[in-house]
This record gives sequence, structure tokens and C-alpha cells, in this order.
Amino acid sequence: MSDTITAEDPLSGEEIELPSDVEVGEIIDSPATGAELEVVSLDPVILEEAPELEEDWGE
Amino acid sequence: MHIGLLYSRIRRDEKLLLNELRERGHEVTKIDVRKEQFDLSEPPEAFDGLDIVVDRCLATSRSLYITRFLQSYGIPVVNSHETADICADKAKNSLALADAGVPTPNTKVAFTVESAMDIVEEFGYPCVLKPVVGSWGRLMAKIDSEAAAEAILEHKATLGNYEHKVFYIQEFVEKPGRDIRVLAVDGEPIAAMTRSSDHWLTNAAKGADAEAFELDARAKELVKQASDAVGGGLLGVDLMETGDDYTVHEVNHTVEFKALNDAVDVDVPAKVVDWLEAKVDSEKTLAEVSA
Repeated sequence: MSDTITAEDPLSGEEIELPSDVEVGEIIDSPATGAELEVVSLDPVILEEAPELEEDWGE
Repeated sequence: MHIGLLYSRIRRDEKLLLNELRERGHEVTKIDVRKEQFDLSEPPEAFDGLDIVVDRCLATSRSLYITRFLQSYGIPVVNSHETADICADKAKNSLALADAGVPTPNTKVAFTVESAMDIVEEFGYPCVLKPVVGSWGRLMAKIDSEAAAEAILEHKATLGNYEHKVFYIQEFVEKPGRDIRVLAVDGEPIAAMTRSSDHWLTNAAKGADAEAFELDARAKELVKQASDAVGGGLLGVDLMETGDDYTVHEVNHTVEFKALNDAVDVDVPAKVVDWLEAKVDSEKTLAEVSA
């Protein structure tokens, strides 16, 4: 099994490689733009720009 | 066990937890809180058959409401709503620690710029102004002068939402360039690290250097007391060294542990899952006894 999968960066349109074990909801840094992207589906792999940080986010 | 994981985004912390749960053969239901609706009497379908729910919501507001709904439905949740409510608000956090006799930095709260200025002048410079809700070192102000105090308070009063008109002012603690983060389950430390930085803020999120730390008996005692003070659970207890003792400045209720896991030899997610398993077992035993 390949260690990476490809998907389209929604911001740049480029094909980017992701680890093959990504899951829905996961946040990844785009190797193309550096932007935070969210994995919204796996089959096919669809990425969206991750939600903006909110003031009440944290731990 | 069948565990529900409430999330808004899957970070490395959640991934570590999910991998550990799955490796042990536990059934995991990920619940994206953005997609759910919460009825007053019936839980959403996603919660069917869950033994326990782990709240990993990033948004404090969501965390507070959902934990309350889950408790109303009778679904066990980590952490409890009561714990989340105390930990989500720095003023409540400080009060809980002080009420329990846990050493915590001298703190005062005021609601107008004038009253806040009086506190700042009483504490002297530097002192620290923190938002009551917020994390990762954001919007924290170290106030070094009267002019800075006046400007910051005016900005908060004018530009902030109502929460920023709750002025939470704290003495500045001369820590030795680091603070201590302890991950604990019901007051039992799993692991601890120091967070060091040349900056006065030593949050991992601000890029502080993390290093494993061995807790002494006094630190362990304070972690237990601080955990009990906020109702227990899976918590991040933050301490500062004050020379001959410690002061506990905060307890975090949706604690991140990736930096800790990288810094220590302990398998942090494994210890967390051990605790979750034990918790579910004891809940089931309780249910059988009362049946």
C-alpha cells in the first residue's frame, strides 16, 4: 500500500500528496501553500480550507 | 468499549488517541460537533450505544453546551460539564483553586477601566492582564507601565466583546524562564514537562521548548489538589516554580498532549486510554449494582 495519496489543494488547484492514513476531520498543512486544510471526505479525498481560528478555541 | 470522540478538527492529539483506541480493538465513533443538533430530551443518533464520550472540542462554547446536553441524556462524558465550566473561565479557575487552598497567583477581577486601573496600581509593574476565556497565550498582556495599562484597558473596553470587559488581573510571577505542564487523570500524573522560553509566555503553542520533568512529592500533591478543585478528569495542570514552592496558575480541560508525548518516555495516549477503560469498567459496575 502506498504511504501517500494525492488530492487537490482547494486554494492553489495543485495536486498535493498526503499521508495515506489521513482521516475525515483531520487538519493538514498544504505542502503547496502552507495553508491549513481539512479533510472532508476520503473516497474521493476532498480537501477544504480549514475553519478560521476562533477566539474561544483552545484547551 | 464503544467510545465517542467529539471533535471540531482532528489534530495530532486526537489522532494519537484514535490510533491507540483502534489498536486495542475499541469501537470508535467520531462525532463532528458542527453537524449535530441537540434535542432537549433525545440524544442525536450518533451517540447511540456509546459507553463514554471524550470531549475534544476546540471551541469552549460548544464544549460547555454539549457536555451539559450529554449529562442530561445520561451519557458519561470526559470531562464533566462542571469541570469544563470551571476550567473554561480563568476567573472561575482561580476561584476554585483558591477555595481549595491551592497556591495560585494573586488575582483580582474588576468590571470597569477605572477599577481595573486601581488593581494594576496596587499590584505594581509588571502585572498581567488575561482574557477570562482563551488559550495558547493569546491576548495576554504583560503590563510594564501606567501608559501601557491605560492603553490596553481602553482597547479592551472599546474593541472587545462583553467578556473583555471582565478585567482579570494577576500579579506577575518571576518564574525561572519556564513553567510546568502536568497531564493528570483524576489527579494522578501521567507525565510532566517543562516549557521553557526567553519570552514571558511559555505556552507550547508559542513555541516554548518542551523537556521531560520529574515531579517531586509537593508537585504531585498540588496536582491532586488542583484536579480535585475542578472536579477531576483528564486535565492539564500548569504550575510555576516560586523558589521554595509552586503556584498553580491554571487547569485545562481539553488538554493537548502531543508536545508532552514527544518530550517524555511515557506513552501518553496509552495511559489516557488505560484510564478511559478503567472509567468505563467502573461506570458499568456501578450501573449493574444499581440495576
